[in-house]
Amino acid sequence: MLQNIRAFFDVRGVLEVETPLMSAAATTDPHLNSFVTRYHNRPHYLNTSPEFAMKRLLASHGQAIYQVCKSFRADELGPVHNPEFTLLEWYRPGFDMFQLMQELGELVSALMQAQARGPVEIVSLSYAEAFEQATGHNPHAISAQEWRHFALERGIEQPVGLEDDVDEWLDWLLTQCVLPALDSECFTYIYDYPASQSALAKCRIDEAGQTVACRFELFYGGLELANGFDELQDSEEQRRRFTRENQARQAKGLQSIDIDEYFLSALEHGLPQCSGVAVGLDRLLMLLSVSAAIEDVLAFPFSRS
Amino acid sequence: MASYSTNEFKNGLKIMLDGDPCSITENILVKPGKGQAFNRIKAKNLKTGRTLERTFKTTETVEAADVEDIDVEYLYSDGEQWHFMEPTTYEQHAADKVAVGDAAKWLKGQEACVMTLWNGEPLSITPPNFVELAVTQTDPGLKGDTAQGGSKPATLETGTEVKVPLFIDEGDVLKIDTRTGDYVSRA
Repeated sequence: MLQNIRAFFDVRGVLEVETPLMSAAATTDPHLNSFVTRYHNRPHYLNTSPEFAMKRLLASHGQAIYQVCKSFRADELGPVHNPEFTLLEWYRPGFDMFQLMQELGELVSALMQAQARGPVEIVSLSYAEAFEQATGHNPHAISAQEWRHFALERGIEQPVGLEDDVDEWLDWLLTQCVLPALDSECFTYIYDYPASQSALAKCRIDEAGQTVACRFELFYGGLELANGFDELQDSEEQRRRFTRENQARQAKGLQSIDIDEYFLSALEHGLPQCSGVAVGLDRLLMLLSVSAAIEDVLAFPFSRS
Repeated sequence: MASYSTNEFKNGLKIMLDGDPCSITENILVKPGKGQAFNRIKAKNLKTGRTLERTFKTTETVEAADVEDIDVEYLYSDGEQWHFMEPTTYEQHAADKVAVGDAAKWLKGQEACVMTLWNGEPLSITPPNFVELAVTQTDPGLKGDTAQGGSKPATLETGTEVKVPLFIDEGDVLKIDTRTGDYVSRA
């Protein structure tokens, strides 16, 4: 798989790079928990993805780049989660979200074809379409109370602690209604996420006049394989979003995280318009090898690492 | 009061659900991608034995159940209470009918059991996986029938009735699997 991936990018002139796995700043995303280690008594974080460092390279060199690296997320362990996992991440200056979705489709197709299982067709649904098909409701125009009512009617469990946050309801119902409704043996793109759910993506006004984030995810059945954006270039807006995330962390009783000033000054210097995507290679390998659990594709899963 | 966060959830962790002590038997992370994660657990209610499912937003906390397992030896029953002793400390514990439950069917004395305590009170008794008990009553087996299998009821010295092969006689000592209540062999 790795050979095929490298060959795919070689032919397209995308340069392989390597960035630090450990840095003094980390993501402020309240839903991501970074591993922390210390150097001379100062915290250093293991990366949850190589995104900030790769965008710094883009800002200075402006060239299409890719990286295959380990990433780390504390508290994520399960049948399709391992706290240490492998990401393929790449950035394409000049590409919009849809061009990058096209290229990701070509990569997945090439990898599936190498297993005599391609080429693949990928269904594309906007986030709104996916929710409307599965629930009959417009996800951009519904309140937490209405979702609670919907869950009661449908007999969907209301998790302990899930209250009045509409984004949390959307995340929950995505796992309970939307993803299970996707064809289990088919690739699906969901794109145009709610603007509130993509701290690193550009926003745009969609055809219905709704402000949405230029973010997409690729699923196989209900399994998430990749997450990508048309990248936010505005450093001021990025700083506001990080600050808001740190406020959300504090509201949840989580520690706030030092904002990555190197990353912000790179944006200030000028990030070229570009789209980027991260692909979970362990999960892709599960798919290529027809494995049911992430443990099956790891030499030593977390419990035995 | 002690509590656990969802990121401490693991199999065997004892927590309070709906006012009853429960033991987690399965813990699955539900996360669509980026965004809010949830923990879906299955847990066994240690009072009723029933399994329940529950989902928590991650970062929620749940009250811990003060539950511990201790090794005990069964001493005797006075009809209302079953008396056990910790072999290391000689401390005695009395358990009522509800706590002893089905274990009473297999206990005659001196069996090594596990007693589960909740807030220091006996909650349940787990008998040894295998016990050896004598047959006090069974009808004679029919001659020539031994090769065909078949079974008949037999009453054990604890008063419990089990199904046994036709060749078993009164006075035989039998090995019984307490988890299934099945005859295993002659001891």
